[in-house]
Amino acid sequence: MLAAQALKRVFMSTIEPSRKRGFRLGQLVYDTRYRSKSIQVIAAIVILVSFWWLGSNIVGNLAALGKDFNLAFLGAPAGYDINQTLIPYDNRMSHGRAAVVGILNTLLVSFLGCIAATVIGILVGVLRLSDNWVINRLAAVYVEAFRSIPLLLWIVSIFAILSEAMPQPRDFRGDDATASMQLFDSVAVTARGVYVPRVAFTNSLSGNEAVIPRENLAAVASGSADWAIIVATIAVGLVVSLGIKAFVDRKQIMTGQRPVTWYWLAAVLILPVLVALYVLGATVVQPYLKGFNFTDGIFIRKSLFALWLALSLYTGAFIAEIVRGGIQSVGKGQREAAAALGLQSNRIMQLVILPQALRVIIPPLISNYLSLAKNSSLALAVGYMDVRATLGGITINQTGRELEGMLLLGLFYLFLSLLISGIINLYNRSKQLKER
Amino acid sequence: MPGNQLSQAFVRTGMLDAKQPPAGETGLILWIRKNLLSSWLNIILTVLVAYAALRLALGLWPWFSNSVWQASSLADCRTILAEQGLGPTDGACFAVVTDRWHQLIFGFYPTDLYWRPILAMILFLGGIAPILFFSLPRSLLIFSCLAPFVCFWLLWGGTAWLPLLIVAGLAGGYALTRFVGAVISPTLTGLVTLALLIGFFWFGLMPLVGLMEAGLSLSIRPVASREFGGFMLAATIGLSAIVLSLPLGVLLALARQSDLPLIKWSAIIFIEVVRGVPLIVWLFTAQLLLNYFLPPGTSFDLTLRVIIMVTLFAAAYIAEVIRGGLVALPKGQHEGAVSLGLSYWQSRRLIILPQALKISIPGIVNEFIGLFKDTTLVVFIGLLDPIGVTRAIRATPEWNGVYWELFIFVGLLFYVVCYAMARYSLHLENLLRRDNY
Repeated sequence: MLAAQALKRVFMSTIEPSRKRGFRLGQLVYDTRYRSKSIQVIAAIVILVSFWWLGSNIVGNLAALGKDFNLAFLGAPAGYDINQTLIPYDNRMSHGRAAVVGILNTLLVSFLGCIAATVIGILVGVLRLSDNWVINRLAAVYVEAFRSIPLLLWIVSIFAILSEAMPQPRDFRGDDATASMQLFDSVAVTARGVYVPRVAFTNSLSGNEAVIPRENLAAVASGSADWAIIVATIAVGLVVSLGIKAFVDRKQIMTGQRPVTWYWLAAVLILPVLVALYVLGATVVQPYLKGFNFTDGIFIRKSLFALWLALSLYTGAFIAEIVRGGIQSVGKGQREAAAALGLQSNRIMQLVILPQALRVIIPPLISNYLSLAKNSSLALAVGYMDVRATLGGITINQTGRELEGMLLLGLFYLFLSLLISGIINLYNRSKQLKER
Repeated sequence: MPGNQLSQAFVRTGMLDAKQPPAGETGLILWIRKNLLSSWLNIILTVLVAYAALRLALGLWPWFSNSVWQASSLADCRTILAEQGLGPTDGACFAVVTDRWHQLIFGFYPTDLYWRPILAMILFLGGIAPILFFSLPRSLLIFSCLAPFVCFWLLWGGTAWLPLLIVAGLAGGYALTRFVGAVISPTLTGLVTLALLIGFFWFGLMPLVGLMEAGLSLSIRPVASREFGGFMLAATIGLSAIVLSLPLGVLLALARQSDLPLIKWSAIIFIEVVRGVPLIVWLFTAQLLLNYFLPPGTSFDLTLRVIIMVTLFAAAYIAEVIRGGLVALPKGQHEGAVSLGLSYWQSRRLIILPQALKISIPGIVNEFIGLFKDTTLVVFIGLLDPIGVTRAIRATPEWNGVYWELFIFVGLLFYVVCYAMARYSLHLENLLRRDNY
């Protein structure tokens, strides 16, 4: 205790007014003018030392293994095949090309998953608010089941259902076929994957190439010039229809009358697309049995299908909760006030509830898209060739470049997630309540 | 005379008895009308959905009702089904669960030591109870602090001196800051204590453990991490990460809100980098790269590496949830704390964190649910989590080809735990809700 008293006297002396004694060491701890700087200097030293320690360990370990840090392996021939390629690829191409193929596969399953998850999520979220007991209970069971059971279990279960319980393509053959195609003989669900019809163009701009049957997703892209024209037609239609809306809004403000415009919109939006499809000679090509397998149409691999379905159902359950929470977050008074103004229920939804609910719904919705994209790395469980399987898997195994490969893989995901959170921030800023 | 009759006044002297409401307006019938048949659309939906659900249930029911619970292999199971005149897929074979439940739960943990994980689980639940339920006496929190160390010792075995000395070191550090810090500057004492503790744990701990063990042996049979598996592995990784990530998450959240730019930006970079990359990539990093970052020649347990990685991963997510709570707190709370003359740590401990944590509890529990489910990902780096055990069981000749029974069992285990956590979160939300719109 005596020692403590002595210590106290020593330290207390340091907080006495320092005016006449000049700068004292104790001020670094006690004086708020210096304290923040001294803490940061200490933190900087700790951070620098730990980075130096990690860095020297890496250098030492690499030297011990006889390796270096070098990204040149990206230019070397990959030497392995990828079973689903959205851009032309073969095994003589580089590791870098293989990584891009993997990135595109990741983006493909993420994009398809986001669309399906949104549709499922909105539908189930609204159904959970239904006053029909059977429906809202079933929606609740769906949400609880998918939120409480690991995604990985869903992925392997759906994959197992496809591979164990679905018929082989040969079961569709002959007069005593044990399996048949669904939806008017257009879709075949087999143990290898799902075959769906595709649209081909008989007057294709890229010649007859587009109707050559291919057993790959690349077949869709074969008529890319045709698809570009159709997308452009739709885009022009949308722009014109926005112009019509602006014109009609102006007219309503000036005269109080709102002209009826649905047939204009139909003429602008639908007619040109139909004309373009007719001129290009669009036909639906159905998959059909040839030998022991289906041919033509689009072949969606079992791995892609299982991963897509599991990701969509899983994320859909989370989105359903977000949608429900968003709609419930709008105060009861808002609905009542709108009803008191004499608005009809669909107008209440459109003008009062949804704009406020969307402010709550959209940011977590986008961050769920992000987690879906990151969860797509579970592709590993079903052997889908995403970026983790190409760049972060086979490439690493073949070249022994763990450090570089994992770094690039991490940077890809980091870039993706910073991009998406940037979008969320932009949205939040534009929709922020304008307060004092 | 009519006029006379009209002029006769009729005044009721007593009230009529209240009538029963019409049969359609009470009880079951009302409920059905309101909840199932309120409009034509609803009637159609009810019928369609009920039909589909019923068909699904009826289609699956025979599979469950015919299930075989006692058999030694899948072939055996199918023979039993065939004896009843059923095809191989007409009945479930839950015998795999009764035969192998111990592997699904405990992995390859020594059979005679099952009491240790069970006891650890009970202790853990006992330790966490005072944190979960505010009505329990606060003095039980001491038990909560000690339980993790006992659990660690029970699970991995070995000498009890290691956890004992760690606890002693931490308790000594606490006493130092508490009693000496009250006399001298708390900041300085805190820094000195931190340095002393790091020095003790880094250099002094293992020799001292050896010394004490030589003097008085407190060892129980050690169990290696690779013998952990199944649900127990998921619980070990998940619960350790939960316990460790919460304090780390609080520190990260405070750092991110700090006025000191260096601290703030370090926290932001850490959190964003960790959150930006999927857990599976971090797990591969732990498996493939951790040896690059450590001094040459060191190698430590894969399970421990996974726990560290999952903890850091979860801490970044929890930091964001707590930051939400910190931001939601009115500015007046900070200003009030400052005007009372509280120091930074005092105001955090007494004013800010209790309120911010209260707001963010539901979010934290949600992160914990996610974390617990994510423990299944360790199967990819070769640990035997429940899904990994189902693969191992399928790889044996007896149970080759069994999928659904195992998946259903594993799914149910996770469902029960995660659903319990979700219900608890809901209970807290209701407890803490303030209705004002």
